[in-house]
Amino acid sequence: MGFFDRLKESLTKTRKGLVEKVESIFTGRKVDETTLEELEEILIMSDVGTNAASEIMTVIREKAKKGEAKDTDSVKGLLKSEMISILGDFQPLMVSESKPFVILAVGVNGVGKTTTIGKLASRFRSQGLSVLLAAGDTFRAAGIEQLEIWAKRADTQFVQHQKGSDPAAVAYDAVIAAQSRGIDVVIIDTAGRLHTKTNLMEELKKVKRSIDKALPGAPAEVLLVVDATTGQNALRQAEIFNETIGITGIALTKLDGTAKGGIVFAIKKGLGMPVRLIGVGEGIDDLRDFDPGEFVEALFS
Amino acid sequence: MFESLTEKLESIFKKLKGKGLLKEEDVEVALKEIRLALLEADVNFKVVKDFVQKIKEKAIGKEVLESLTPGQQVIKVVNEELCRLLGKTNSRIPLSPNPPTIIMMVGLHGSGKTTTSAKLARLFKKEGRRPMLVAADLQRPAAIDQLITLGSQIDVPVYFSKDIKDPVTLCYDSVKKAKVDARDIVILDTAGRLHIDESLMTELKKIKESVSPKESIFVADAMTGQDAVNIARNFSEQIGIDGIILTKMDGDARGGAALSIISVTGKPIKFIGTGEKIEMLEPFYPDRIASRILGMGDVLSLIEQAQKTFDHKEAEKLQKTIMDESFTFDDLREQLQKMRNMGPLENLINMIPGMNKIKNLDIDERELVKVEAIISSMTKKEKRDHNIINGNRRRRIALGSGTTVPDVNRVIKQYIEIKKMLKMFKGKKGFKLPKVLPF
Repeated sequence: MGFFDRLKESLTKTRKGLVEKVESIFTGRKVDETTLEELEEILIMSDVGTNAASEIMTVIREKAKKGEAKDTDSVKGLLKSEMISILGDFQPLMVSESKPFVILAVGVNGVGKTTTIGKLASRFRSQGLSVLLAAGDTFRAAGIEQLEIWAKRADTQFVQHQKGSDPAAVAYDAVIAAQSRGIDVVIIDTAGRLHTKTNLMEELKKVKRSIDKALPGAPAEVLLVVDATTGQNALRQAEIFNETIGITGIALTKLDGTAKGGIVFAIKKGLGMPVRLIGVGEGIDDLRDFDPGEFVEALFS
Repeated sequence: MFESLTEKLESIFKKLKGKGLLKEEDVEVALKEIRLALLEADVNFKVVKDFVQKIKEKAIGKEVLESLTPGQQVIKVVNEELCRLLGKTNSRIPLSPNPPTIIMMVGLHGSGKTTTSAKLARLFKKEGRRPMLVAADLQRPAAIDQLITLGSQIDVPVYFSKDIKDPVTLCYDSVKKAKVDARDIVILDTAGRLHIDESLMTELKKIKESVSPKESIFVADAMTGQDAVNIARNFSEQIGIDGIILTKMDGDARGGAALSIISVTGKPIKFIGTGEKIEMLEPFYPDRIASRILGMGDVLSLIEQAQKTFDHKEAEKLQKTIMDESFTFDDLREQLQKMRNMGPLENLINMIPGMNKIKNLDIDERELVKVEAIISSMTKKEKRDHNIINGNRRRRIALGSGTTVPDVNRVIKQYIEIKKMLKMFKGKKGFKLPKVLPF
């Protein structure tokens, strides 16, 4: 099954929701204020957020006024192109030439950081790259063990300290070890933390600093993992994590449920960092590049 | 970022010469804002729609009370309705007449089932019961280890098996074991996966049939968005739930999911999780969540927590001090000492409306020791009037307290900030000063 089919399949539920509703709104009806309002409701129901939704709708309303959106198809087309333009260009996670490529994974509790790292590691391995995982979640009970299991599954190297030890030290050791062993990719796990916990956010700064100390310029990628079922708070998460350590990309997980992941639009609109990856299932291969065109296309086709 | 709904409505109604009955057009304008506030708080769209309709019916024609502005009057109606929908405080988990009482925890992956299971076990243990935890999540790598670690932290036995691959068998066996060991509470930590995962739902159904739990608890993340209704409906319809625990309430999510979940399931929220530490599980208070959803801060929680530490007389004294604006360094020190008995500062500070706006108030718990030392090194005169503390005096205070001049400067700055804030509380229109403040 090709990528497009897989994505389409996993988005069927999302697709059904959105497309069927769009169809049902416009079937046999003129495009007027009531129908447009209903369209806005659908966006809000997908967690797009009131701001992003109203901006999208402003564009569509203007075009409707000019007579460009008379029927279902043209409204759908407008909506599609507007949504794609918000998401921007295709910017997948690219491993650069200089070794090691260091990825720091961060996020609030329970979004699926460790699982995403495991899947990402196995993807790199299948591309023939050597990978080292660093158990930076020294806080959660069994946080280290969980990553270790993934390291075995994906056949990667593994660096760990004691539970409760300093995650910055783990990160430092991992990057140094990767350099001396000639590893291609280092992925550093961190404990889930709510963005409102100032001391834990400070700890994250320290982790980043120590990575930079071990390898100036690293990490090349700071990946914020976001749960697709999260509502508007995901935007706050992205804002504060970004202020704290500078986020370079988003991984959107749990998109195989009924959640629409509309928060992606709000995040991209508000902060501009690209969505790199999406998690569409439990399997080790269910981590995909996020392609805005295909993502929106799959929603509407 | 979150301008409070109260402020928004105040400005809408400013033009109205406020007395008499609430007119339809006034209410309409207000409802638009309320609708947005609820949506921003992640209350499900359909739930919002129903809710706004109800408010409309209740608010139009209502007399504006003497003491309230029209904006406050609408807020009052909204708040009352919200509290009514959110239900009553009910954190009782019914126990079986024939022990053990079996409690089954269900929910999405990442919602916090394992941590919450341990928190519940700790609560029962504190009540003098003999709980047992069961590691029935055989899906997530290291989930068993996690529960074992948590169990040992609270000294509660954990039933697990690394050989049994079927959670149904495991749960069944665990109950037998509980009877043998005279454990009167059994908490099943089941696997979390998506609500549309049929094999998971079947597994949960089978567990339920085989051990017939007294209580099935749905664990939900407070940050959940619009999808909360679908998730809750699936668990409710397929497994059947008796109560809800809302986790990660220590973040800044407005928690609109609470309203969505209650509307769909009709079941009460029994507890909320307010931190990663194992003792951070609190009863659910509808009025507080209502004001949080509406963006009005959690003044009540604050008051209650403060009351645990302050006795009434002292509170009155402090109240008087604040009103007199005679708040001195001595008062600050006294309050800081009390605050240290009230739990993590960040939790407390988050509950005060408008508090996140105040900078330089980033108090680290360890810093408090320093602050106390600095204040102790001040003369009586200095404690009463910070204006006289010049450079020389600052150096002396720093030496005396074993700190540095910048430390002293910071404490003085913080003191001034707090003084300013107290003034703000006092002067704020429509804001009723809580009986006690933590400072």
